[in-house]
Amino acid sequence: MSKIVLVLSLSLVLSIIFVGCGEDRPTLNVYNWGDYIDESVIPQFEQEFGVKVNYETFATNEDMYQKLKQGGNAYDVAIPSDYMIEKMIKEDMLLKIDMDNVSNYKYIDERFKGLDFDPNNEYSVPYMWGTVGIIYNTKEVDGKVDSWDILWDEKYEGEILMLDSQRDSIAVALKKLGYSMNSRDREELEEAKQELIKQKPLVLAYVGDEVKGMMIGEEAKLAVVWSGDAMYMMDENPNLNYVVPNEGSNLWFDNMVIPKTSQNKELAQKFIDFMTRPEIALKNTNYIGYSTTNKETVTMLDEEIRNSNVAYPEKDITDNCEVFHDPGDFLKVYDRIWTEVKAH
Amino acid sequence: MVERFIKKFYIYLIFLFLYAPIIVLIVFSFNNSKSRGHWDGFTFKWYFELLKDRYIMKALYYTVTIAILSSIISTIVGTAAAIGIYNMRGIGKKTLLNINYLPVINPDIVTGISLMALYVFVGLPLGFVSMLLAHVSFNIPYVILSVLPKLRQLPKDILDAALDLGATPSYALRKVILPQIMPGIFTGALLAFTLSIDDFVISFFTTGSGVTNLSITIYSMARKGINPKINALSTLMFLTVLVLLLIVNKRSDKESKERVI
Repeated sequence: MSKIVLVLSLSLVLSIIFVGCGEDRPTLNVYNWGDYIDESVIPQFEQEFGVKVNYETFATNEDMYQKLKQGGNAYDVAIPSDYMIEKMIKEDMLLKIDMDNVSNYKYIDERFKGLDFDPNNEYSVPYMWGTVGIIYNTKEVDGKVDSWDILWDEKYEGEILMLDSQRDSIAVALKKLGYSMNSRDREELEEAKQELIKQKPLVLAYVGDEVKGMMIGEEAKLAVVWSGDAMYMMDENPNLNYVVPNEGSNLWFDNMVIPKTSQNKELAQKFIDFMTRPEIALKNTNYIGYSTTNKETVTMLDEEIRNSNVAYPEKDITDNCEVFHDPGDFLKVYDRIWTEVKAH
Repeated sequence: MVERFIKKFYIYLIFLFLYAPIIVLIVFSFNNSKSRGHWDGFTFKWYFELLKDRYIMKALYYTVTIAILSSIISTIVGTAAAIGIYNMRGIGKKTLLNINYLPVINPDIVTGISLMALYVFVGLPLGFVSMLLAHVSFNIPYVILSVLPKLRQLPKDILDAALDLGATPSYALRKVILPQIMPGIFTGALLAFTLSIDDFVISFFTTGSGVTNLSITIYSMARKGINPKINALSTLMFLTVLVLLLIVNKRSDKESKERVI
């Protein structure tokens, strides 16, 4: 019996020890996407400012939102996407960032300031960005690829990969029809649904992350992908090419914000400023392989990447793109459409 | 002859089915390219990167610590509870057994969200302790369910016999009951350990302040693609388990041989 008591008390003592990691250095809680930072920059920040960083990761915007909404967590910096930032501002979940304390904010490309989700640049500092487009195999696809229409071309039956994401796939259909991807018009959405149902027999699969391996391995000829992933795929297989269709597409952002739960706004701002430093942003950009929002960092990149119109497309292309808005209650409509498409 | 061949073939087919994914994973942990689709030369690079990656290492440390602590605590609590339930009678026993089934069939997401709500409500800071408590609470029912059948197999009068022969109740429990139900306790502890290492949903919602486990780390890579470091880590974990199993088997072989002599 005494053995059991011993084991029990030992476990209790152990757990107490783990809790009491009471260091007197100030701590900063950072909440980011998985594999979305060059991990050497965190120790660098810790040393430079004499603080400790607690770093946690999430898989989707919705998961992150749930965790922040519930409270009980003191996250100081989070990195959600555009529409989620809009939602969080609406629900008063974010603190205003004092841009005077983020001296490196001047390096952020003007193109990425004053966007709809944060029109006065009060709540967020851009981190990474990209587009959605079509990646195709130049050996297998002849003719010019410049429109979403090609994904409805019967010639490519069973050779097309679509994203397994309701928002992105419905957006593709809406764009093909010439509507806004933030459309709240039920008739337009109904049309988009019909388009997706019509396209279904041509689609090989609705995929997530597997798309990379499949395109590199030439298992399909066309796929809808994010630009950051396209860069990687083109690196692995020179036959691949990426294009943002003429009808326009989705432009996405992941920005740094300070949640209301933050216990240390000053330090959070220092961290955001640190991440916006050109050489730190360079480390992160090189590690992640997505596009940086930092003008100064772009000039430091390898020429090949800097001049790539996949990672850094011309302004006229991005101007033609739309950023997702928070759908609010409209999410139900998307859910229904997607369910009907998938079940058809 | 043919029959024997078919029997063998069938067994190997099942083993292939079970182990093919793990073999592929191990092979690709040595792949030079980041892709999981094509081979691009042999390398140990992911193993070195894994050892350098302080976040994955920290997640591994938390995963193993929580798994060990939660399986120890839930095994002790669960075994005591099982012995208690076994000796109950009537409606109380039925009620308790049903209450015990509830967490087992309750979806993880409900358990996770409700535990998080509870912790926030009572003001327990989310972190190591909250995650450990969550793991203990979802492990206990499984331990109880592993131990109860063993108790049912006990000879009915064994406890009375021990007491008649002069054992105190606690001595009888330690020297008679526990050794008899040990296999059940061991199964329960192992099950608890595995469930704890596996769990993502409940952990995600009950953790905070920089404490993450491997499941959370791996799931959150979903958008960018699982980093091959994870293949390397999974390979190492698989080999560790394999070695442990071999050691356990060797020891039990020895014991059974000694018994024969």
